[in-house]
Amino acid sequence: MRPRAARSTSGSVRPSKIITLVAALVLSGAAALADTAPRRVVSMNLCADQLAMLVADPAQILSLSYLSTDPRSSAMHVEAAAFPQNTGLAEDIYLLEPDLVLAGRFTGVATVNMLKRLGKRVEVFMPAYSLEDVRDRVLQMGRVLKREAQAAELVARFDAELAALRSDVKQRPLAALYYANGYTTGDQTLAGQILLAAGFENATTRAGQMRAGNLPLEVLVMMQPDTVVTGAKYPGQSRSEAILDHPVIQALQSDRHTGTVADSDWLCGTPYVLNAISHLVDLRRRVEGSE
Amino acid sequence: MKRLLILLGGLVAALFVGSLVIGPAEVPMSDSFLALFVDDQGPLTMVMREIRLPRALLGLMIGISLGMAGAGMQGYLRNPLADPGLIGVSGSAALGAVLAIHTGLSAAFVLGLPLAALSGALGGVFLILLLAGPGGGSLTLILAGIAISSLAGALSSLVLNFSPNPFAANEIVFWMMGSLADRSMTHVWLALPLMLVGWGLLASLPRGLDALTLGEDAAEALGINLSRMRLTLVIGTAAAVGAATAVAGAIGFVGLVVPHILRPYVGARPGRLLWASALGGAAMVLASDIVVRVVLPAEDLKLGVLTALVGAPLFLHLIYKTRRAGI
Repeated sequence: MRPRAARSTSGSVRPSKIITLVAALVLSGAAALADTAPRRVVSMNLCADQLAMLVADPAQILSLSYLSTDPRSSAMHVEAAAFPQNTGLAEDIYLLEPDLVLAGRFTGVATVNMLKRLGKRVEVFMPAYSLEDVRDRVLQMGRVLKREAQAAELVARFDAELAALRSDVKQRPLAALYYANGYTTGDQTLAGQILLAAGFENATTRAGQMRAGNLPLEVLVMMQPDTVVTGAKYPGQSRSEAILDHPVIQALQSDRHTGTVADSDWLCGTPYVLNAISHLVDLRRRVEGSE
Repeated sequence: MKRLLILLGGLVAALFVGSLVIGPAEVPMSDSFLALFVDDQGPLTMVMREIRLPRALLGLMIGISLGMAGAGMQGYLRNPLADPGLIGVSGSAALGAVLAIHTGLSAAFVLGLPLAALSGALGGVFLILLLAGPGGGSLTLILAGIAISSLAGALSSLVLNFSPNPFAANEIVFWMMGSLADRSMTHVWLALPLMLVGWGLLASLPRGLDALTLGEDAAEALGINLSRMRLTLVIGTAAAVGAATAVAGAIGFVGLVVPHILRPYVGARPGRLLWASALGGAAMVLASDIVVRVVLPAEDLKLGVLTALVGAPLFLHLIYKTRRAGI
């Protein structure tokens, strides 16, 4: 926009005037950018999709990522159906002429770089690794969309519900999160924090793994966790998920209360993690009841 | 010969025991053995019986299969470069297995997985023998092998990428490199019947293989039915390699390295080499699987990585030697 404006004024005025004019335009443009809320917001990241839907005025959102309507990944797939979708590719997003692009730190890095080169404003959201991060991301979304009030209200509600869920932790049963390929998550991950908030002790952390990684099956068995929470299965067959049918896992889960991770509530650092925590709190009460 | 077999047998037994007592859960050796034989009603028996025992058994069975198949093919083709992994038999078996898993055949019918891998392997062996055949030179054999391996690999990747399951595409590595991680007794029972058929067929070959060293005409004069022998070899190799690949992916180079190392000790007699290679293959797979667990216990390092690290330099050396020999 700016170069075109400068060119249209370059007919008969003196160069010094042009400089002043351009400077004024640039300054006012920057000020306008800072003052007015973005009106054409395109999100290319599943988690940014949901944060945007929670915080924005629906009229601000131009398009969401194609994953936003996937019921397995998106906690807001119903709400997302109201918005057009993009493929997350640079040409797709550029042609939408957004005034703000929302991206994740580790998704479409090449696309993000290209959009920045093309002069688009891109706001990058880090993944959430803790419940504190969830609050930060909501507030960040509030700032970039100029919807601070909505974000603050959301955070206040989140804090209150979280405090209510945390209130009755007396003892901490040992739980393990176990996904396809023997993948698991320790305390320093969002899933680990969800588990802690629900009042469990994480078996993975006890085994010495603080972050995400693989936990050998026999190490898991030797710890004899009070409950094994497994990942939800995807359609189609895969040998990665076959580990969840291993006789040893079946034996660990038989005559014990078990849970399943619904990916959509766990994947993103949004207030929907409260659903995950609440399900786990129910599980903990059942585990404690049976002891 | 007898001393060699006793030596190899002892090595395999030691490695089998090693495979049972080495693992990421650090448990004293005596405790783990006791738990294997006496049910302690606790987690250790479960670890020993359901995790380590099937892993050790599969290592043993797969090693025997790959070693025997390699020695059999090398003897029949009279070419030291024939290895089920290199010439695409394992690759096409993997394609069969991938198809069975992703069409749901393996879930619908118990023996669907090994039988599909068997048909894949059959296709691979058949194509190789058709293209390279007896009398075919090393060049044709290797070229045909490369073509069949890459085609089977590409088709497997295609099938995995089409799967609606997000994990499927990541399994390409497993099918191409092989792993024994987290297998259960189910897999042992799944592979064993077909392997027994394969071993039985391959075990009937020694006399014919020895006769074949004198040339095809001489072998026929000695009363060897060459076309029947060929059929036995094809089905035996396909059954053994197919069953191994169905449960553990394509593990390469075992059938190349083991016969090569053992050949001088059996007086270069392909018949004896078959038995020695069975034990040698078991030792190599068991040893690789132990190394995998010791080096990167939590990362599921693929078996094929290790066997290729040992096998590929040897393969290059063999190619260099055959080239110098002017074949």
